Amino acid sequence: MDPASLKYQKTHEWAHLDDGVVTVGITDFAVAQLTDLVYIELPEVGRTVSAGESFGEVESVKAVRDWYSPVSGEVVEVNSDLENRLEILSDDAFGAGWIAKIKASDPGQLDRLLDKAAYDKHCESEAH
Amino acid sequence: MVDFAGWDMPVQYSTIIDEHNAVRQAAGLLDIAHMGRLYFRGPDAAALLDYVVTNDVTALEVGQVRYALVTNEAGGILDDVLVYRFPDHYLLVVNASNREKIVDWIAQHREKFDVEVDDATFRHFMVAIQGPLAGEILSTHVETDLVAMGYYTALETKVLGQPGCVSRTGYTGEDGFEVIVDVERAVELWETLIAAGAGRGLLPAGLGCRDTLRLEAAMPLYGHELSEEIDPYTAGLGFGVKLQAGDFIGKSAVAAAKANPNRRKRVGLELEGRRIAREGAELFVGDTPAGEVTSGTFSPTLQKSIAMGYVDAPLAAVGTALEVDIRGKRAPAIVVPLPFYRRS
Repeated sequence: MDPASLKYQKTHEWAHLDDGVVTVGITDFAVAQLTDLVYIELPEVGRTVSAGESFGEVESVKAVRDWYSPVSGEVVEVNSDLENRLEILSDDAFGAGWIAKIKASDPGQLDRLLDKAAYDKHCESEAH
Repeated sequence: MVDFAGWDMPVQYSTIIDEHNAVRQAAGLLDIAHMGRLYFRGPDAAALLDYVVTNDVTALEVGQVRYALVTNEAGGILDDVLVYRFPDHYLLVVNASNREKIVDWIAQHREKFDVEVDDATFRHFMVAIQGPLAGEILSTHVETDLVAMGYYTALETKVLGQPGCVSRTGYTGEDGFEVIVDVERAVELWETLIAAGAGRGLLPAGLGCRDTLRLEAAMPLYGHELSEEIDPYTAGLGFGVKLQAGDFIGKSAVAAAKANPNRRKRVGLELEGRRIAREGAELFVGDTPAGEVTSGTFSPTLQKSIAMGYVDAPLAAVGTALEVDIRGKRAPAIVVPLPFYRRS
C-alpha cells in the first residue's frame, strides 16, 4: 500500500478502503515504538466490531497495546501468517503486515480519520 | 529515553533483543552512572555498615564485594546493595531509586559511629561491561590483570591511565566488570570501550535489556521483587543475611521471617504461549488466588514467556501448575527452578 493514500487513527492504525472492505494494519511508527514484537492477538473471522472498539492486541518485550477498529462492520479475513512470523509486521507494516479486513457497514466513517500529513504531525508530537 | 529515578536513560540503543543477545554472546556496555555510590571512611566505617546491612561486613577482606539488604526494624527491605571493601575505605552501591532514602536512613543511624559518609554519585561515572568478551575488551584499558580477578572482587587501579576502580560484578548473569572513574572521564571511557568492542560484537545496551538479562538470571529488582513489605527470606535472598554475625537493624524481625514456614516464596514461572505476564498479574489455582507476578518478559535466550512472582508456600514447589490472569485472560504457568538462565 502507498502510505500517502491511507487513512490513519491517532491510535496508530492505518485503513485502506477497497470496494466496501477496509484493510486495517498498524503503522510503522507504532511498530518502531514497540520494537521486539513477541505476540499478536488477531480477531476471529465473523466477529462484528464497532468503530473505535479494541479488537486485538500486539505485544513487545517493552509494552503491550490494543488496536482499535477504524470502522464498524464484520471481520471477513485476518492475516494469520502474522501469528508465526511477526517480523512481517516489522518489515512491511503497510503491506504484507496487514492485520484484518473488515466489511464496513458505513464506509463513510473513514472520513473522520487523519490523512498522511495530519498523522505524521501527530506522530511528531508524540515522539516529543 | 525515559526518566529513571531522575536520570534520563535510554531503554534501548538499537533493539532490546539485539542488545540482550550481544551481552549473552559477545559483550554489552551499560551506562550505570545512576547507581548510587556512597563511600565510608574512618575507624567505624565497617561497624556502621555492619549495623545497616544484613550481611557480615566485618568479615569482608580487602578486595571483596558482598551482596546485602538494608532492612527496616520490621525486616522489610529498604534496598538491595553491594558492599565493597578497599584498603582504607568501604563503598556502598545502592539503587538510584533508593539513594536519597538510604542516605537519609544512614544519617539517622550513624550518630554513635566515627565515620565519614560521602555520596559521590554525581562526581563519579560507572559503566558495566558484560558478556563473555567483556574482559578481553576492557583489559588493555586498565592496569590490572582481569583474568586473575575473582568474581565479586574489586580493586583500585588505573583506568585509561587515571585512578579508577574495577570490580568483577554485574547484573546480567554474565561474566563481566563494572568500572568507576571520575565523571570528567565518562565520555572518554564510554567512547574508548565502544571503539574497542566494535569489531568484537559489543553493543551499547540500555535499560530494556538490563531488565531482560537480570530477569533471566533471576536477579531481583527493587520496586518489583523487593519492597518494604518483603523480607529477605521471602525474597529468597537468605544468602545475603548473616544472622549468626553482628546485630543489624531489623535482625529480630528478619529472623522471625526465616522461622515462619508459611511465608510466601519468590518463584520462577514459565508460561504457555507468547504473552507476557507483567507486574501485578494475578496468579490462580482454579478460582483460588495464589499470588502475583512481580516481573515478566519474553526471554530472548529461552524464547519463552517467563515471570517471577510471589506465591503461597504450598504452591512454590517446582512443577506446580498455576494460571496467570493477563488482562482478563488466563494463561497456564508452571513453577520452574530459578535462575531461568545460567551461563555455561
